Amino acid sequence: MLETINRLILPQVSSTFAADVDGLFTFINVASAIILLGITVAIIYFSIKYRRKSEDDVTPVIRYNTTLELTWTIVPFILILIVFGWGFRGYIDMRTPPSNAYEIYVTANSFFWQFTYPNGVQTTDELYVPAGRPVKLIMQSRDVIHSFFVPDFRVKQDVLPGRYTMAWFQTLGTGEHIIFCTEYCGTGHSQMDAMVYAIEPEEFDAWLREQRELSEQELPLAVLGRNLYQQQGCAGCHSLDGSPGIGPTFQGLYMNERQFTNGTTRIADAEYLRESIVNPAALINVGYNNIMPSYAHLSDDQVAALIEFIKEIE
Amino acid sequence: MANTNTAHGESHVQHHFVDSEQQFDSSKLGMWIFLVTEVLFFGGLFVAYIVYRAWNPELFYMSAKELSTMMGAINTIVLIGSSLTIALAVRAAQLNQQANISKYLLVTIFLACVFLVIKYFEYTSKFAVGILPGELYTYEGIDHPGAAIFFSIYYMMTGLHGIHVIIGIGIMVWLLVKTRQGAYNSSYFTPIEITALYWHLVDLIWIFLFPLLYLIE
Amino acid sequence: MAATAKDLNIREFPVEENPKHHYLNAETGLKSWLFTVDHKRIGLMYLASIILFFFVGGVLALALRLELWEPARTFMDADTYNRVFTLHGAVMVFLFIIPSIPAALGNFFLPMMLGAKDVAFPKLNLLSFWIYSFGALFTLYSIAHGGVDTGWTFYTPYSTSTGTAVISMTLGVFIMGFSSILTGINFIVTVHKMRAPGQTWGKLPLFIWSLYATAIIQVLATPVLAITLLLLIMERTLGVGIFDPALGGDPVLYQHFFWFYSHPAVYIMIVPAFGIISEVISTFSKKTIFGYWLIALSSLAIAFIGFLVWGHHMFVSGQSELATVIFSFLTFFVGIPTGIKILNWVATMYKGSIDMKTPMIYALMFLFLFSIGGFTGIMLGALSVNVHLHDTYYVVAHFHYVMMGGTVFAFLAGIHYWWPKMTGKMYNEFWAKVASVVLFIGFNVTFLPQFIMGSQGMPRRYYSYIEQFQTLHQTSTVGSWVLGVGFIIVGIYLTISLFSKANKASSNPWGARALEWMSSSPPAHHNFNYTPVVLHNPYDFHKPISEFRLGIDGSGHGEETESKVELSSDKA
Repeated sequence: MLETINRLILPQVSSTFAADVDGLFTFINVASAIILLGITVAIIYFSIKYRRKSEDDVTPVIRYNTTLELTWTIVPFILILIVFGWGFRGYIDMRTPPSNAYEIYVTANSFFWQFTYPNGVQTTDELYVPAGRPVKLIMQSRDVIHSFFVPDFRVKQDVLPGRYTMAWFQTLGTGEHIIFCTEYCGTGHSQMDAMVYAIEPEEFDAWLREQRELSEQELPLAVLGRNLYQQQGCAGCHSLDGSPGIGPTFQGLYMNERQFTNGTTRIADAEYLRESIVNPAALINVGYNNIMPSYAHLSDDQVAALIEFIKEIE
Repeated sequence: MANTNTAHGESHVQHHFVDSEQQFDSSKLGMWIFLVTEVLFFGGLFVAYIVYRAWNPELFYMSAKELSTMMGAINTIVLIGSSLTIALAVRAAQLNQQANISKYLLVTIFLACVFLVIKYFEYTSKFAVGILPGELYTYEGIDHPGAAIFFSIYYMMTGLHGIHVIIGIGIMVWLLVKTRQGAYNSSYFTPIEITALYWHLVDLIWIFLFPLLYLIE
Repeated sequence: MAATAKDLNIREFPVEENPKHHYLNAETGLKSWLFTVDHKRIGLMYLASIILFFFVGGVLALALRLELWEPARTFMDADTYNRVFTLHGAVMVFLFIIPSIPAALGNFFLPMMLGAKDVAFPKLNLLSFWIYSFGALFTLYSIAHGGVDTGWTFYTPYSTSTGTAVISMTLGVFIMGFSSILTGINFIVTVHKMRAPGQTWGKLPLFIWSLYATAIIQVLATPVLAITLLLLIMERTLGVGIFDPALGGDPVLYQHFFWFYSHPAVYIMIVPAFGIISEVISTFSKKTIFGYWLIALSSLAIAFIGFLVWGHHMFVSGQSELATVIFSFLTFFVGIPTGIKILNWVATMYKGSIDMKTPMIYALMFLFLFSIGGFTGIMLGALSVNVHLHDTYYVVAHFHYVMMGGTVFAFLAGIHYWWPKMTGKMYNEFWAKVASVVLFIGFNVTFLPQFIMGSQGMPRRYYSYIEQFQTLHQTSTVGSWVLGVGFIIVGIYLTISLFSKANKASSNPWGARALEWMSSSPPAHHNFNYTPVVLHNPYDFHKPISEFRLGIDGSGHGEETESKVELSSDKA
């Protein structure tokens, strides 16, 4: 019966997270319903049983009952620990994409979504993903805050200007799912929907190739990045073959652990690379000087292209 | 809290208080709670300061060098001195020395004005080279894209503090008038006492602002 | 005890029924209202203002619900819709619900419950009211100048870039914040310094405890909102850049600042409601409140924990995962003291003598609706579920169950409970009961479907929606009409009660024990013509009512008397 109710009040289960989220949703609902029923029955029962019979009714003086108070402190305490633990586990899953996840760059604009695939193909308001494979979205907004929400996947993440945020999912099969913007962003907020199309991986590869051919003039991100590497003068300081320069080499930079002059370390992930391009003074690698100018004037696509390029220099 | 009754004795007690002591305790507690809200009010700016300093340490270092440590230091001494003189005014009230109340209030007001004058010179010298808050910032002496943010925070913190100094001067002028009319004596000096509390806080906030803004190493 | 009482000349003071002279006719003319320092008149002026703004917010809500009748346009365009929902939120939060119980009912009853003649700083109290009115004017100004379309949260960078009247609106809220701070200071000092002789902390009415906890939150949280809004205004006027990523700032910092105030503000809205429920349930069960200290201290506990959980509004905002997990963990701890309260109230009814009058009906409806609000709060606190439900109609339904099913129903309980005391008139009990049932049905029909829509993924603040949700939206809209009818009925019978002559209320129609019921209805200009002395807990219904009307002649009670009374009450 619970399953029937859930199907009525929850969207379809289409990602690997969904079943767990729905399980916790059901658990809280059932526990709450039992307690609420108890409270309601007690209120109604007391209201009838102890209704005032005369104005001179005398009531007993009951100020306190330690056992009762302890019971209704400890039982809810245990319940919320269960709820917290369950929610925590699910949340950690949502925040830890597998390393082999297929990466797609997402740009939110007022009021449409752009998706950029590793080979440079760009789509608007249509997100094609390989079904059954983990997909990681690296998202940024071009203006105000938006939020990426796919109810069928139980996935949601705010998309911020000037910074990457991440979401990932793995579909259970093929299908079409609606994307909503869930952070209020102005006039067109409610029209800022898009679709996810989960298609068979072979079909997806074919689609990607087809799109690539359709827009031959559009370069893959990494190629665009290589061009920028020359055009923007990165080559003057950052080598590609590991040889020392004015700045650190790009070879093997991606996902390498970096040490900074302020004593901290960090993995050179996409977000670190983006920061280092737009705000190079924030973190200085040990052994180098703070001389690189900011490249904040690059478009988000250009930055993404550079990052894709850097990823390939192994 | 305001009291317009100039007579001596218990007649300054408002109708809803039982006695002078209850009235005094209430006013003092009220002022303390108000000071807590002031601390939290400035606290928001201090949090903004901490966050931006954590993100841009070298910017804060470069920008602080633009500020005149000398003027800041003089102002610190001036404000600490005014805290002392207002404490002496409270002391004079406790001892029922009406002439001294006036004298110390006057000195405090004078010191507060000195503070503002120095601040005025500081501000105008910054304005002259184009160091203005936010979008109006045009100074090119600091090689950092976020330089305007430091000075925005600087102007907001010192400006808000300056407004508090001006309000303090207003209250003390009013106290001075009432003192001359003989409103305060050893049995009733609540307004002086709670104004002194306020003034100590204004002083204290500056004592935090000075090193945070001027003395960044 | 009798001997000591004799020494001090403590005697019973009979209550004057249907007094000729009371606070309402002590002075006349418009000036006697606008410049009054009488806390009761100030309370009534607040009451009138918030009822006005509740009406405005309510009409806006009906317009929103009507617009959502069709999936696309019904009768207004998207920009208008965005302005209307922003105004509905801002008016209801800042102009109605935050001042509702503390400023209106609290101002009226806090000094009376303490046996005091007024709050500690009556002039400051009047100033608070004028600051509130001044802030409200700014809000009206911004409505007249095209309104605001940012949502009541004013999130950056949208709020710094949109072309609407954000500055006047935030200035209005900024100014009203000071009103809230001053009221908070006034209440804290009054509770500390103005209690009647013998009224120890353990003998305070629970409404006072809840107002005290609320005042602490107001004093600690509101300054942070003030500085946040000031920064937002600077950002818009000077381009300061603290929240602007283009200038090296961070929009998420704004959210931290905003919720650091606005989450505690949720407790400013709900904690006073707990106080009313305690008074009403105990009085109409004619029974000692169960777990007095737990109810009293859980208000303070909620106030304290309320400061540590602001980040639960931001689970998907891009704040760090660690912060998210910690905020989720702490959030659940609000549930415990809240649950304790509800169960203590239910336990108070056990073996009571329950009189199902209108205030009691509202209080019991509160228990049901607020419980749902609480449970769905647990749902939203659970991390993985929150990711799905955040910013959907589920959240909308949740906070309406807390704010409206909780605070507004408690406010209605309070209004009906204290109406005879405030006005000296009794309303029509039959119509009051009818209205309560209509409101209860209307409320659930409006907001239960929103839980389902939200679970299915319907995002909030949507002007148009996909057709799948239409049935649920229309059900909700129909419910809003029922709610509207319910409030019209309340408005009619309360207004009639004011003007009819035959329905004079007695001084203590419910047989309550707290001090405000020991004054006449309506109360005298200075509340009491003697100094009340408190011997018992205000819920000691087993003690004869004459022992709750004790006092000392004259208006002063002095230190000496105070200590002696404490001694004598210890012996008792």
